Amino acid sequence: MDRYFRPRSLAEALDILAEHTPRPLAGGTDLYPALTGAEAWGPRPALDWMDISGLSALHGIEAAEGGLRIGALVSWTQIATAALPPALAALQQAARQVGGRQVQNRGTLLGNLCNASPAADGVPPLLILDAEIELASAAGTRRLRLGDFLRGNRATARRPDELAVALHIPPPPEAESRFEKLGTRRQLVISIVMVAGLLRLEAGRVAEARIAVGACSAVARRLPGLEAALRGAAPGDVAGIIGGATLDPLTPIADIRGTAEYRLSAARTLVARSLGA
Amino acid sequence: MNAQPPAGIALSINGEATSIMAPPATRLSAALRDSLGLTGTKTGCDAGDCGACTVLLDGAQVCACMVPLAQAEGRAVTTIEGFSATRWGRALGASFLAHGAAQCGICTPGMVMAAAELLAETPAPDEAAVEAALGGVLCRCTGYRAITEAVLAAHRFLDAPPAPAPEDDAVGARLARIDGPEKLDGSALYGADTAPADALWLRPIRSPHAHARFRLGAAPPGVTLLTAADVPGRNGFGIYPHIKDQPVFCAHTALYRGDCVAALVGAREAVLAAELPIEWEPLPALDMAAARAPGAPLVHAHLPGNVLTTGRVISGTPATATHSADIAIRTGFVEHAYIEPEAGYAERIGDQIKIFASTQAPYMDREEVAGVLGIPQEDVRIIPSACGGGFGGKLDVSLQPMLAVAAWKLGRPVRAVYGRPESMAASTKRHPARIQARAGCDAQGRLTHFDFEGDYDTGAYASWGPTVAGRVPVHASGPYRVPAVRAQARAIHSHNPPSGAFRGFGVPQAAIAQEALWDMLADKAGLDRLEFRALNALRAGDTSATGQRLEHSVGLLACLDALRPRWRELRAAAAAANAAGGGALRHGVGVACMWYGIGNTGMSNPSTMRLSLAPDGRLEFRNGAVDIGQGSSTVLAQIAAQALGLRVADLHHINGDTFLTPDAGKTSASRQSFVSGRAAMEAGLALRAAILRRANAGPDAALELRQGVLLVDGAALALSETLHGEGSFDPPTIPLDANGQGIPYACYGFAAQIAALAVDTRLGTIHMQRIVAAHDVGRAINPTLVEGQIHGGIAQGLGLALMEEYIPGRTENLHDYLIPSMGDVPEIETFLIEDPEPLGPYGAKGVGEPALVATAPAIFSAIRDATGAVITRVPALPYRVLEAIARV
Ligand SMILES: Cc1cc2nc3c(=O)[nH]c(=O)nc-3n(C[C@@H](O)[C@@H](O)[C@H](O)COP(=O)(O)OP(=O)(O)OC[C@H]3O[C@@H](n4cnc5c(N)ncnc54)[C@H](O)[C@@H]3O)c2cc1C
Ligand code: FES
Ligand code: FES
Repeated sequence: MDRYFRPRSLAEALDILAEHTPRPLAGGTDLYPALTGAEAWGPRPALDWMDISGLSALHGIEAAEGGLRIGALVSWTQIATAALPPALAALQQAARQVGGRQVQNRGTLLGNLCNASPAADGVPPLLILDAEIELASAAGTRRLRLGDFLRGNRATARRPDELAVALHIPPPPEAESRFEKLGTRRQLVISIVMVAGLLRLEAGRVAEARIAVGACSAVARRLPGLEAALRGAAPGDVAGIIGGATLDPLTPIADIRGTAEYRLSAARTLVARSLGA
Repeated sequence: MNAQPPAGIALSINGEATSIMAPPATRLSAALRDSLGLTGTKTGCDAGDCGACTVLLDGAQVCACMVPLAQAEGRAVTTIEGFSATRWGRALGASFLAHGAAQCGICTPGMVMAAAELLAETPAPDEAAVEAALGGVLCRCTGYRAITEAVLAAHRFLDAPPAPAPEDDAVGARLARIDGPEKLDGSALYGADTAPADALWLRPIRSPHAHARFRLGAAPPGVTLLTAADVPGRNGFGIYPHIKDQPVFCAHTALYRGDCVAALVGAREAVLAAELPIEWEPLPALDMAAARAPGAPLVHAHLPGNVLTTGRVISGTPATATHSADIAIRTGFVEHAYIEPEAGYAERIGDQIKIFASTQAPYMDREEVAGVLGIPQEDVRIIPSACGGGFGGKLDVSLQPMLAVAAWKLGRPVRAVYGRPESMAASTKRHPARIQARAGCDAQGRLTHFDFEGDYDTGAYASWGPTVAGRVPVHASGPYRVPAVRAQARAIHSHNPPSGAFRGFGVPQAAIAQEALWDMLADKAGLDRLEFRALNALRAGDTSATGQRLEHSVGLLACLDALRPRWRELRAAAAAANAAGGGALRHGVGVACMWYGIGNTGMSNPSTMRLSLAPDGRLEFRNGAVDIGQGSSTVLAQIAAQALGLRVADLHHINGDTFLTPDAGKTSASRQSFVSGRAAMEAGLALRAAILRRANAGPDAALELRQGVLLVDGAALALSETLHGEGSFDPPTIPLDANGQGIPYACYGFAAQIAALAVDTRLGTIHMQRIVAAHDVGRAINPTLVEGQIHGGIAQGLGLALMEEYIPGRTENLHDYLIPSMGDVPEIETFLIEDPEPLGPYGAKGVGEPALVATAPAIFSAIRDATGAVITRVPALPYRVLEAIARV
């Protein structure tokens, strides 16, 4: 028997989660396709969903703590069309490449994170912003760094009684980020590799580099070794440093979209492009 | 806690307040279709991938298949039914029709609704905006260019008066397709759009294993289980009269993942939720390589070596070659990916059965259903639904036999709709091929010989395997003068999905190997690649490798002549771009030619068309050819009307109903314009002759139908009885002998295409820039429709070349299996060459399949031009392109 909860307030939602632990449903752009996949080779599974679309507290992008707070119901279209600081350019570019407009109008950024696909395009642009996820439950709230929240392929640190309510972005660096996505076709494509990168220059030198690569490990990763190696470099040396770097901690696998070696070489190219090198 | 289903969900649909009684998680698309009968919103995947279900939710486009009905509560939903009646809806509709932007029409409502969101904000958008707004909707037919044009121009159709009957509907006119309006307002009924209200649902049960024995348990109460034992007639179907090897329900062993082992029938919800216990015993599964190995187990015990058929063409003795080249290539399964999955219903009426379903071949369906039920063919009525794409994949029956068995046995109408994963797992595919080819030329570049050996994985059942094995050797050496040809193709059984018919029947795979050899030889001989092809091109009066003298309509040289100026310009532009140093990008231009025999290979394939004029002035056109989007209804009407001397608008159409229309054969092998076209012309001429006899008028008399009155040279002619005109045509062929000698086809289509692109040499990605296509179609009966076929074929060829690879169990949906999206198809320029075919109606030949064949080879030619890399593994996914570059 299907269950479909429709709480009207956050408190109600958290009570439902505490008692019944249904799956949160936001835009449904991951849940419905997964249902279709499940129905294909067997009987239709029973649904156990809690529709969070009625929770007005989860709307909106606001300035907070010198940075930004993005509510759990904020869609890709809202991200793409909001006026945001240049360090979020990668996130906005990603937003315009997630599915088509239909998906962007409905799918949420937080749903993308909670779904925890290795190819989730929302992750690299947020990793370079040191974003944190706010999880709420009837017992209270906690914040986790995105890198700690994502535990693996389709695995997160969210407890079944918790709801992701918002994303917090600390004051971002004053530099423009860039998103590079590689797929086999132009639109509507699952990334083979995707990269978000940002370089902040001071006095003609790299003061700070932030780089994250997706689809080359179970969870997208920052490249701390390369970021450190770039610090202090002259812009003209950036390409060379990337070319010689080891790209730890990437551990790509082979699948139908590419071999492991290919992914690594493409990641190197895209890292360079994301930094304008 | 509000976990109970609410009483009804209130929302506004197309401006009207409505309440829908359905569970809150019901997909909005299902609620619209099933609860409100608004079937204009289509379902192609239920996974957000195809966009056919696009509607507006408070003005924003969304995929209705991913919106829970509960989330539409209190909001405004706009569907095609509502939007098409608005000012912008009419403008878009008119623009779509004028641009030929709807072919099969299954994507059209989604495209229009996506455009609706865009145009509300940006009445005169640019191309990038159109691409961004419509990029979420897939189209498998049009190649998107016409759709883009239609949206760009829509504002010019605002407040245009409703189109009167077009003045120019003669052969050669760009008449808008006659079945267009119902595709634009959502009223066309596809397989899933209608069924009797009391129809039961059928859910096929399929093997998740490539090869497995199984034992079925009992169905839960309230649901009927149908198995092999329930098939009243022959538990087998198949294209060839002597190979009915595919069971409706497997008896005890499944031979591929997706093979149907049983079906559950009953009330919809019960059937979908029912659990059927099955004990599977997986058995070793053979792929083609394993199936060819000496001593391999046999997929079908009576076929040694797992070889279903071998086709060969052997002619001439090779002269000495100065230059030689060889290549080995491998291609994968390609899925048709029509946006409309298989759907329909069956209804038993006394001792007869009626089937409404999406199909390309009503008369073949009739034969299969009759065989399976064990009843005479005359008692089977096939009514084709509007067909949301076929491309060869709906030539085989799919759900018709099992629906027939269910309806026959239960005495209730029974319907079924395949989901996307099911459609992909169960249906036929393009044959994967392993090809080795060698060729040589003399010092001047003239071809001396061509050797070809191709193994085609035909999967678990025969389907069209023999056709592929027969057609490939005939076409393998391409439209060229080759003095000595040794070509052999084998169809090999495996435990893969059955490979069947797909636009080109194996020829596109062969053309990839053959055209690559020409590029290598041209380079060795120091000739321009286009001039090498022109030097060796077949000309009228030449004899083909099957010993057929080609007397007429060999327009390949004219195609190359048309392309030559573009070839030079694009080559110069690529050279300049490369000289300027584009960083990682290398530019290249490629060329390829093709030919394609129209109709069945060395086999009779007749068509009959019928016209009648009643005393009340009703002019009926009984046309059994299924229009799968390619436009045969329009083209045949233009031909019939022209022959008759009346207007297309005068015709009342009775289409593809096996009780009402004569047998037009199947919509395949690019044959409807040529074969049925000639039959339509003969029917028109026959009715005209009957009228002129009645009127005692001369052959040039002018006919007119005015308000039901027939005027002959301006004078009213009263008819006392209905006059008839029937026309038939069967193209003259001679079956091939053991060495492939004979006259396999009465005529051939020819084409040459250029591809211009840039290769990202660091990522291996291909940036398509332009395709220029020149096609000898004999006569373009309707140039808009011909161009539509060419565009659509090019898009499919591009998909074959760069992205499409079906892997059972891995790419059974439209996000893992990629077909070109709107942004993938570059600008296309077409040249229509009209070298008339005397046998064809007004000179016409076919174009449906030829459009696809040259594209992939032209793209690979351009990749080689840009980088030197020879693509041997198809599709050329980015990682494979980089591997090929590394081999240079
Ligand atoms: C055609 C198509 C193309 C796509 N292309 C891309 C692409 O290119 N790149 C990409 O990254 N993604 C892509 N996606 C997936 C993308 O749309 C989703 O990841 C989307 O962002 C998920 O948001 P949603 O609101 O729709 O999530 P839902 O489907 O509602 O939920 C997704 C998951 O997150 C959980 N969840 C949602 N919200 C919360 C919450 N607040 N707290 C706790 N758990 C929650 C749900 O329980 C579920 O497990 C595509 C999807 C489709 C259908
Ligand atoms: S049916 Fe909704 S996107 Fe395909
Ligand atoms: S017209 Fe677009 S899918 Fe057929």
